[in-house]
Amino acid sequence: MIRVVLPAHLKTLARVQGEVTLEISGELTQASVIDALEMKYPMLLGTIRDPATNRRRPFIRFYACEDDLSHESPDAELPEAVRTGAEPFFVIGAMAGG
Amino acid sequence: MSGVRVLVGTRKGAFILTSDGKREKWDVNGPIFGGWEIYHVKGSPVDSNRIFASQSTGWFGQLIQRSDDGGATWEPVGNQFKYDGVTGTHQWYDGTPHPWEFARVWHLEPSLTNPDEVLAGVEDAALFRSSDGGENWQELSGLRTHGTAASWQPGAGGMCLHTILVSPKDPQRIYVAISSAGAFRTDDGGQNWRPINHGLHSEGLPDEDAEVGHCVHRIAFHPSRPDTLFMQKHWDVMRSDDAGDSWTEVSGNLPSDFGFAIDVHAHEPETVYVVPILSDSEHYPPEGKLRVYRSRQGGNEWEALTKGLPQSNCYVDVLRDAMAVDSLDSCGVYFGTTGGDVYVSADSGDTWKAIVSDLPAVLSIEVQTLA
Repeated sequence: MIRVVLPAHLKTLARVQGEVTLEISGELTQASVIDALEMKYPMLLGTIRDPATNRRRPFIRFYACEDDLSHESPDAELPEAVRTGAEPFFVIGAMAGG
Repeated sequence: MSGVRVLVGTRKGAFILTSDGKREKWDVNGPIFGGWEIYHVKGSPVDSNRIFASQSTGWFGQLIQRSDDGGATWEPVGNQFKYDGVTGTHQWYDGTPHPWEFARVWHLEPSLTNPDEVLAGVEDAALFRSSDGGENWQELSGLRTHGTAASWQPGAGGMCLHTILVSPKDPQRIYVAISSAGAFRTDDGGQNWRPINHGLHSEGLPDEDAEVGHCVHRIAFHPSRPDTLFMQKHWDVMRSDDAGDSWTEVSGNLPSDFGFAIDVHAHEPETVYVVPILSDSEHYPPEGKLRVYRSRQGGNEWEALTKGLPQSNCYVDVLRDAMAVDSLDSCGVYFGTTGGDVYVSADSGDTWKAIVSDLPAVLSIEVQTLA
């Protein structure tokens, strides 16, 4: 079971509170997590990745295990602690705007 | 009993203001989608319970929300705006070619006849249509692939398609306006487009009478006369009586002919409203006085409407989509300011009062007149 923490606005949009959980079989990557997230919560489609490029939006960050994984390849394997559910995968709305 | 529902888009959410036909006492509901930029909210003329909203932020991109119960509840619908075919380039601010990039939806125009059909004007400039209530969007790409498109440039707010007018007499005739490419018209439902900028004169252009490149801020018409157009250009208030084929200036005695908003009285096709703004670098009213100007002659002769509006120390702006009229017997006129005020006049502009103050900056106002 994968735990995902969403920023407040996306929790509102997805109508969830707290963490969301995902079941992912196969490779555990940023891409597979967001794919599964969009499958379970289709209203989030396009809010984390730009639909034109399928790339992470500039003001979205991905954290896990106290590391910023935003600049890792979307297809890079995520830490084992995320796979086991010991640590959540964080989708962060970057601090921006002055 | 008749009433009105005012749909307000702001920098930080949407608000719905409701009143009976007297328009004296108001209920304010919101913020809806708090924290998001709501560029436009507009209801279907066919089904007043169906309302579309454009919701976006720089963080999470574009969403389209739809309500089927008059704004009580909302559901996100389709947000995939994919340019059709080869994307191509337009000019960037520095004159270099720049690929078309979708940024946001500026304006939603529900169909006059079909509640499932709606047009969307987007940045970078293009026109999209949904025929299934906003679930799926297809570009009417004849506009973006017009022969002049590679020369279009963005205005300071981006290269946005902000005005969509569909002729009630001929739905195949659609007018759009783009900052800062100018005005365009199709007579075949969106397949082929032609620039309609003859008569516009823009001192900021190397060729002041160019075919395209004019910074048109807003166009309005009266539904009974869809070939008579009124335009607030960057500078100049203009009029066309031949569906945009030619324009003449009707700024007349306005204290400034810079501005954004323009609208037409619901029952008097020659009565036009504008809100003069001092200049393109000073986005506030002349002399710190918030004045709506009304012409009852279709332009040239304008009277200041001030009763109930702040006449000192007022330095707000009124943006292009932030004025609307209702169609009650005594026509109501509404506008919103960047200071977060929404004003109403229930007597065609003679007197004004604030419905609500201190909202986030108002981006758009639409009014539904309810039976």
